[in-house]
Amino acid sequence: MNLTLNGASVSGEPAAGQCLRTFLRDLGCLGVKKGCDQGDCGACTVWFDGKPVNSCLVPAFRAAGHAITTIEGLAEEGRLHPVQQAFHDAQAFQCGFCAAGMIMTVASLTDEQRRDLPHALKGNLCRCTGYRSIVDAIGGVANVEADTAGAAMGASLANPFSEGIVTGKARYTMDTAIEGTLHLKVARSPHAHARILRIDKAKALAVPGVVEVFTWEDVPRRLFSTALHEDHLADPDDTYILDNVARFVGQRVAAVVAETEAAAEAGCRALMIDYEILPAVFDPEAAMLEGAPILHDNGGTAKGNIYVDIGGEVGSVADGFARADTVFENTYSTSRVQHAHLETHGTVCWKGEDGRYHLRTSSQGPFVTRAKLCYLFGLRERDLHVFTERVGGGFGGKQEMISEDLCLLATLKTGRPTTWEWSREDQFIGASTRHQMTTRVKLGAKRDGTLTAIEVRVVSNTGAYGNHAGETLGAALGSPMCAYRCANKKAEGFAVYTNMIPGGGFRGYGASQSTFAIECAMDELAGVLGIDPFELRRKNIIGPDDWIESVWRDPSDVGFGSYGLDQCLNMVEQGLADGARAPKPEGDEWVEGKGLALAMLDSGPPTEHRSGAVMSLRSDGGYHLAVGSTEMGNGSVTSHRQIAAAILGARACDIAIINADTDETPYDTGTFASTGTVVAGKAVHLTALALRDNILGYASRNSGQPASEWTIEGGSVVCGETRIALTELHAAGTREGHRFEAKRKAYLSPRTVGFNVQGFRVAVHTHTAEIRILQSVHAADIGALINPMQCRGQIDGSVGMGIGWALMENMVYDEGGRMVNPSLRNYRIPAFPDLPRNQITFADTHDAIGPLGAKAQGECAINPVAPAMANAVANATGARFRHLPLTPDRIFSALERRP
Amino acid sequence: MNLNTVTEVRRPATAEEVVDWRDGFAWVGGGTWLFSEPQADLDTLIDLEGLGWPPLVASDGGLEIAATCRIVQLHEFSGPPEWTTVPLFRACCDALLASHKVWNMATVGGNICMSLPAGAMIALTSSLEGVATLWPRAGPPRRVAVADFVTGNHANVLGPGELLRSIHLPASALAKRFAVRQMSLTHLGRSAALIVGTMAAVDDDFRLTITASTPRPVQLRFEALPSAEELRGVIDANIPPDAYFADVHGSAPYKRHLTYYFAEQIRRELARGEA
Repeated sequence: MNLTLNGASVSGEPAAGQCLRTFLRDLGCLGVKKGCDQGDCGACTVWFDGKPVNSCLVPAFRAAGHAITTIEGLAEEGRLHPVQQAFHDAQAFQCGFCAAGMIMTVASLTDEQRRDLPHALKGNLCRCTGYRSIVDAIGGVANVEADTAGAAMGASLANPFSEGIVTGKARYTMDTAIEGTLHLKVARSPHAHARILRIDKAKALAVPGVVEVFTWEDVPRRLFSTALHEDHLADPDDTYILDNVARFVGQRVAAVVAETEAAAEAGCRALMIDYEILPAVFDPEAAMLEGAPILHDNGGTAKGNIYVDIGGEVGSVADGFARADTVFENTYSTSRVQHAHLETHGTVCWKGEDGRYHLRTSSQGPFVTRAKLCYLFGLRERDLHVFTERVGGGFGGKQEMISEDLCLLATLKTGRPTTWEWSREDQFIGASTRHQMTTRVKLGAKRDGTLTAIEVRVVSNTGAYGNHAGETLGAALGSPMCAYRCANKKAEGFAVYTNMIPGGGFRGYGASQSTFAIECAMDELAGVLGIDPFELRRKNIIGPDDWIESVWRDPSDVGFGSYGLDQCLNMVEQGLADGARAPKPEGDEWVEGKGLALAMLDSGPPTEHRSGAVMSLRSDGGYHLAVGSTEMGNGSVTSHRQIAAAILGARACDIAIINADTDETPYDTGTFASTGTVVAGKAVHLTALALRDNILGYASRNSGQPASEWTIEGGSVVCGETRIALTELHAAGTREGHRFEAKRKAYLSPRTVGFNVQGFRVAVHTHTAEIRILQSVHAADIGALINPMQCRGQIDGSVGMGIGWALMENMVYDEGGRMVNPSLRNYRIPAFPDLPRNQITFADTHDAIGPLGAKAQGECAINPVAPAMANAVANATGARFRHLPLTPDRIFSALERRP
Repeated sequence: MNLNTVTEVRRPATAEEVVDWRDGFAWVGGGTWLFSEPQADLDTLIDLEGLGWPPLVASDGGLEIAATCRIVQLHEFSGPPEWTTVPLFRACCDALLASHKVWNMATVGGNICMSLPAGAMIALTSSLEGVATLWPRAGPPRRVAVADFVTGNHANVLGPGELLRSIHLPASALAKRFAVRQMSLTHLGRSAALIVGTMAAVDDDFRLTITASTPRPVQLRFEALPSAEELRGVIDANIPPDAYFADVHGSAPYKRHLTYYFAEQIRRELARGEA
């Protein structure tokens, strides 16, 4: 058939049931993205005869004779379309995966639609930005500042891959064409707990195009953990690549590789799998009881289904409660949620002409992934190359090796390239989630509000596999228990195996869950005592001279590189009092209230974490920076360039950067646990300093002037009146055999701490239970701001994600453990109409530990959001909701009953 | 998404060409639902686009909406001034979870044939007393009220291969006064309740059409505007507490609660309204 594609006549023959999205990608338009493939996210938006459509929903055959415009066709004569330029100037993206579809939608809007953005944009989901920067772009607001030599630190500079992102040329994991690749699909268990008695491959192998079928009998029988950490002992070895026992609905049971996705799917359907159904348990309390079905018999530390239990006490809570005038106790729970990064998991693996195996993947930790693959398959590290190009969001979901192993297995067994692209349903039923936790909090206080004892008991449902359960439980009992000064603290926690989908790493990492409980309980205590919630916190918060202590006496490597919690509390209190807000809707049925919560988080994990960077001066006077850490929308490539530019007196654009590639960059544990700035950034900082010393040292030797007299300014080294261009210096040095190169490594210790405080003003409809956010105020103590625009963006994104967790997101299961809503249509993440514009302020702090005074910033901002919302709703309605999410159908009956 | 089991597309010029209907066939209107889920049981798509039905035909008798009328066309429709319910068209389009981009392809008939409780085109056309014309594969066309067309969640009266041809909205219904209420758990999300009240200009024939909160539309008719008590009583009598539709877009008790709350609001709004 013939069509007009971006102004040119093209012809092609789509498959009968092919959708326009994949047909356009086959024609080379890789800017057309897949976020959901179901019409819910808008990442695949193109124009059909000038009208925007979700190309995943359009039958490809319908395009015959019509004109299709994709993101690749938007710019004319090499000039960005005004909307592309606006998205660039506002930096209206973070990972950038949604940007092409978002731009195609915005560029199509009529004036009338632009006046009603909630309707106009509700069909385009962005998981990173909270939509604020997108509003900026539409309003013509430029957030980007000029890139000036010597002024990189603290400047709001653009992402170095911006132009590719707004033009659709940036290459995400699946945006590549590998000649002759096989496609992999998995058959997943329909049962929550079952032993696999037999898998008959014959019918599957008979499907035309199917090349191989792999089952538990075809994989190395080695236990491992899918969780990525530097120390592989941090997580339990309880998982096989493919197992003969299924422990949750959705566990992969067999993998089929075929010439086409269609054949691989048909092969999965044709597999005959005999199961012996085993009793299942879904509730962690039930799973801890005598007689519960046991999930794992692998030995290790598990006691029954308790994968790990940890606890501790400082002082004596018994004494503390005895001395209290008031003891408050209640139980709070948080829901299981999915990261919903717009780019699904996926890997492309091939054997190169160099005889090595190459994996292009969507990961937050390519180096640890390589190490795990080497362990599983008995390979040498030098035979494996794992890398990312652009990654479309992570949020902890890609701190997990769950797509790479099967691709490598298939390539090892067949010798053929293998591609596995996950569907959105795969994400919901087969990836990881935020651990569902239930937390009992008991607080003792004097009449004046002084805390005398804090006790918590956390039960975490880790699901079928342990992966991040120990570390998230540790985090739940860690920073949130440090935030308040109290002589008597006690905590115990249990991470329990059940036949649910596994929990995993997720922004906030266990601390979010216990922060919800503790911050709600503090609010309730304030109510009982009749003390203003801000005052109760001020009375008890940890101060800069206090010992940072949770429930363990051992010294830790956490210290105050800076302290700004007091400032944050003041800023939020003042913001709620004075700041701009939407008026309460008219009518007696609307009630208004406000609430706050605070959060404290160590900048970086207690586990081992290290990173390295290599930097060189090039003959053209520019620099090359290679750093191992991953960029998935967190902004680290931008901030790393700025750190280096600041040290070298350069413009950020003078620094070419490559990241997250086991061949091309030094080792990095991975970008997770708030390490992008404080570990990888520190490595970049040290490397840039070393390269500066190298350059100035050469200038000094060459001139006879001491190195201390020389500086780098823009493209030159300068000493008094003498100015030598870096190109000239490089040429001279190279002639003499000097190498303008440096490499440094960074390790995370000591660690500093950051703080975030969130305030909400809400209106609640007492009949429909609709919650409207009238005002959202956030204050962050994250040290010096390397890139203020990015820092705001991380907070906007965190607040948005936190609102989703608080108000709407919930993975719902039937009694058999099957997820009821595994799609973005039925598992709603915040869309444009759901999120407010946040008022964000920063404490004036400069950190003594973090690089250039900066602290971690991508993670902690989510932690106070849900409790601040629950507190605001309680303040408005007089009804307290202790279990997330606060959807109208879960809260309306309590509103009706209220006095 | 790709429908990988589909091996054939037919693009007939008339519906009569399709005589060999069997399992595995599916009509394609806009395709926006069909392509949003795996359809492993399908092998043949039959495109309705080539049938060339005029999307909207207004006459003295009312409005004939072709099943293939795109939602965007309904959204943009402006009728004669006496058709006072035309703003309800927009309100119901806006009640769809789907965005305006989906409206560019999705059809009115597709939304009705999907027969989801929250189908906003069902709410629109049933509340405006729409009558559907159905074309069975064999036999003469038949007509059925939209309110009776949907029989349950994702269920309707269509036989195998039977085609929804059009919906007729009578001019008398289009000239009524109306009030509408909608609520969803997320802002501009899928309806937990979408309820429409209409009333003849002469202040009688009050009709309340309850959708989304029940598995299928429930239309309650009153000769004149009922009292609050009477309205509650009739809802009680017609929809027992366990007959509300529970899903992830709203629990049954919540939808029941909204139904009574909105019904009363609609009653009051129409009571206040100018004739």
